[in-house]
Amino acid sequence: MNNSKTTFIANVTRSLRTSIAAVTLGAGALTLSSAALAVDFDGDRIEMVMPFKEGGGSDTWGRFYAPLVAEQLPGSPVMVVKNIPGGGSTSGANQFQLRAKPDGRDVLASSASTMFPYILGDSRVRYDYKDWAAVLASPTGGVVYVSADLGIDSVADIAKLKGQDMKFASQGATSMDLVTLLALDLLDMDVKAVFGMKGRGEGRLAFERGEVNIDAQTTSAFIKKVQPLVDEGKAIPLFSYGVLGKDGKIKRDPNFPDLPHFVEAYEMVHGQAPDSEAFRAWKSFFIAGYAAQKGLFLPKGTPEDVVQAYSEAVAKVIAKPGFETEAEDVLGNYEQAVGSDAQMMFAEALKIDDAAKAWIIDWLNSRYSAGL
Amino acid sequence: MIETIASSLLTVLSIEHIAYLAGGVFLGLMIGIFPGLGGIAGLSLLLPFLYGMEPISALAMLIGLVAVIPTSDTFTSVLMGIPGSSASQATVLDGFPMAKQGHAARALGAAFSASLLGGLLGALLLTAFVLIARPLILAFGSAELFMLTLLGLSMVGVLAGNSLVKGISACGIGVLLGSLGAAPATGEYRMSFDNIYLMDGIPLVVVGLGIFAIPEIIDLLRQNRAINEASELGSGWFDGLRDVIRNKWLAIRCAVIGTLVGALPGLGGSVVDWIAYGHAVQTTKDKPDFGNGDVRGVIAPESANNAKEGGGLVPTLLFGIPGSGSMAVFLGGMVLIGLEPGPAMVGAELGTTYTIVWSLALANVIGAGSCLFLSKWVSRLTLIPYALMAPFMLMVICFAAFQATRSLGDLVALLAIGVLGVLMKRFDWPRPAFLIGFVLAGGMETYLYQAIQFDGWSFLTKPGVMIIAFITVLSVYFAVRAKRNSGDDSTEAPAAAEPPRRRARNLKPQVIFAAAVVAFFGFALYDAFQHSFLGGVFTAGISGLMLILSLTVLVKLLRGQVDDPVNFDNEVEAGYDSDSTVARLPHYLYWLTALILGCYLFGYLIAIGLFFVVFLMTKARTSLLRTLSLTGAALGFLITLAHLMVLDLPRGLLQDLVQMPWPLS
Repeated sequence: MNNSKTTFIANVTRSLRTSIAAVTLGAGALTLSSAALAVDFDGDRIEMVMPFKEGGGSDTWGRFYAPLVAEQLPGSPVMVVKNIPGGGSTSGANQFQLRAKPDGRDVLASSASTMFPYILGDSRVRYDYKDWAAVLASPTGGVVYVSADLGIDSVADIAKLKGQDMKFASQGATSMDLVTLLALDLLDMDVKAVFGMKGRGEGRLAFERGEVNIDAQTTSAFIKKVQPLVDEGKAIPLFSYGVLGKDGKIKRDPNFPDLPHFVEAYEMVHGQAPDSEAFRAWKSFFIAGYAAQKGLFLPKGTPEDVVQAYSEAVAKVIAKPGFETEAEDVLGNYEQAVGSDAQMMFAEALKIDDAAKAWIIDWLNSRYSAGL
Repeated sequence: MIETIASSLLTVLSIEHIAYLAGGVFLGLMIGIFPGLGGIAGLSLLLPFLYGMEPISALAMLIGLVAVIPTSDTFTSVLMGIPGSSASQATVLDGFPMAKQGHAARALGAAFSASLLGGLLGALLLTAFVLIARPLILAFGSAELFMLTLLGLSMVGVLAGNSLVKGISACGIGVLLGSLGAAPATGEYRMSFDNIYLMDGIPLVVVGLGIFAIPEIIDLLRQNRAINEASELGSGWFDGLRDVIRNKWLAIRCAVIGTLVGALPGLGGSVVDWIAYGHAVQTTKDKPDFGNGDVRGVIAPESANNAKEGGGLVPTLLFGIPGSGSMAVFLGGMVLIGLEPGPAMVGAELGTTYTIVWSLALANVIGAGSCLFLSKWVSRLTLIPYALMAPFMLMVICFAAFQATRSLGDLVALLAIGVLGVLMKRFDWPRPAFLIGFVLAGGMETYLYQAIQFDGWSFLTKPGVMIIAFITVLSVYFAVRAKRNSGDDSTEAPAAAEPPRRRARNLKPQVIFAAAVVAFFGFALYDAFQHSFLGGVFTAGISGLMLILSLTVLVKLLRGQVDDPVNFDNEVEAGYDSDSTVARLPHYLYWLTALILGCYLFGYLIAIGLFFVVFLMTKARTSLLRTLSLTGAALGFLITLAHLMVLDLPRGLLQDLVQMPWPLS
């Protein structure tokens, strides 16, 4: 009831705002149409809404990209990062939906934590990805690994894990760990999740302490912090999540060419390719959580030429010689998706069908009391 | 090894490095002096420039900024009773009373010398510690961390004040407020009424400001005087330096505590100052006067919180796990520069680690040194009539609270916690106990749940757990002994020296407050049963226990036990009720409410402008010209800061309905 009331107020406010905006727009129509001829941000200050606190992974990603993209935009404006944390990143995204002006001076940095509650229909979400235009998607990968104490060498031995006491330290069932929890469930692995970790780093620490014996890390964290454990013989990588090909199929991660990806692991266990509601749900969250983990969006109603200008600017950033080496620490070794490619990826993540969605919500509620 | 140390030392001492470091320090000082902003704002200001800078120079600036956060925020803690950040909340307890007694410069002197000592010792300790830190950190699992939160909680006994039941109940209020929002085990939202703001829990900064700063501001305004009761400064910063030398062992012990506790990921730096403060109270045998301006209550937390920054580097550098907000930004900055934390930081990159550690020490010297130098002048602020200061204070506090999540909810929460703080101050429900409960709530529940999930109840038999349990028992023993000592003091003291205590005869106000506390615990218990077992068991247990304790307080009050220690009403004890020059208690709460309401309607900027004009004209009785120029200066400053920090000031209904030109939007 409370919700419907707030939505009502928000609607009234929005419609009032639109009518006022319409009046202002009418007055400014002349300048606007001339601006539409050639997009120019000369002397402007572009605000990148960052729905996270200063310092985290998404913030670092945004602060890495902001000056580079700004430099390539027509007029070379200044791009600043505006942190609006709260509500697990829904607050900032809500504000962006409500307040961002469609003139290219407001952009949103989105991450898996922004996308998951949207797909799951979280009551805090008042934004709609379908309204926005994506100009950039940054993928990452992930690897699931186990403790060497479990006595297996690779994912082929996964059957030996049956009956063993397995624990996974997680940030929460509806966080990015959903991808891992669901993957393990699809592989029929009986793993107890222990929640309340603040970030994947703490999960890895719990693994190193021996408190848990299975863990998952994103690519850069795996290479820098888990690979040494693998070399010491303490950790055994099982499978990577893979990357999303342009054909929408999951392929091996170029960072881990020798490691089977999740679909291969599934086939090893079940003897057939996955095709269930559970798998379709997993794929959606895999894309939102890994294959298109971070994205740059323009608000509803942004003119096509502004979107175009952004896509071109991002493409130029990525094509610049030396970008790859410069970006490796922040982005890892993954191909950045620009413009329509990025839009395709996000569309793929949002494509989840009603049956798969109903299945995942029921799974989360019955298994983890997620209260969705 | 020796080579690494020598080459790192050379890097640290190069002119260029020192110049960048000093640049970071001064930027940090300028921004960090504003409570709530701390270094995070400074770091985010700096981050855009880091990209493309020479890595070592960029690193130097970053470190300079991080190092002075717990130094510069001491100014407002001591001078105005506003805890600048969670690291200096304990400093307020004795620092602010000292300022009120005219010893502001001495308190600052002691604080900064202790900071200096703590920072240097921390770095020295870290040089060796960083090499063995990895196994040590790995030895601290959830079980051990849970025990540490219990150790922190045992400090409540020390800080409980006159009545232990009230102390524990106050702590319980803190624990329950701290567990508001998502349950760690299931993510269910507790006591949050479907409100997005409450779902995240109330931010510590807001609670710290509300519980300490608001009651003090209101108290000073009611008495309508300057902060300093004496009309001149009674002592200088040099006395403070001497205090630190006299209490050097305390400072050293607290620096060790700060480094070690700061190095444990997960517990965060926010308890370090309380543990150090509690330690000071427990171990002081010689005429303790904590809470009323005992300089040792300033030295202990300040020494510890500077050492803590160094300790906080350990999990950040070795595991990539930041222990605090500022360390998170530092980590982000490191990644942007191209430095990746990990085991290599004590292997191939050991030189960089040492450069960072010693730069931190050097930044401490520069930062604390310049603060020490400034304290003589800055402490004169305490002589200004408070009616003139108050609007600035409130502006700064609201701005600081708003930094927490950048939503209007921060201001509403500030008001609510402020009212709670005012009442707790009036009826002597110890606020430090409340804050400790609040700070520890999250960790206590999370680690207990995790420890049971990992090891079952047998976690209690782990050696680390038993060692910490032993220390906790010792801590309680010392607390009891310290209490008895101070009890002896009061009986030994000649009764003639102190006027006989006035005790409240009309217990009705206290009864109402105690009944509200009981009702709160009752509600928390009811709420706990609305959730799944794992989501509600912790709050159910705490609120059940607290319900019993707070009921005993209520029953005592209802029975009219005037001489029982639970009876305390500051209105009577301080003689406010019979003094017609003192404004009534709710008077300035109405002002504050009006300000927050104004923010809701017109947005922060317009509301604070109106507040300035009306307040200065009616309360400080300044001339129109002076009022306008003060208001203009304040607003100009706010707008500049908001623009530089890329910050939307809170918007009101007005801004939602009408498009306003910048900066009014």
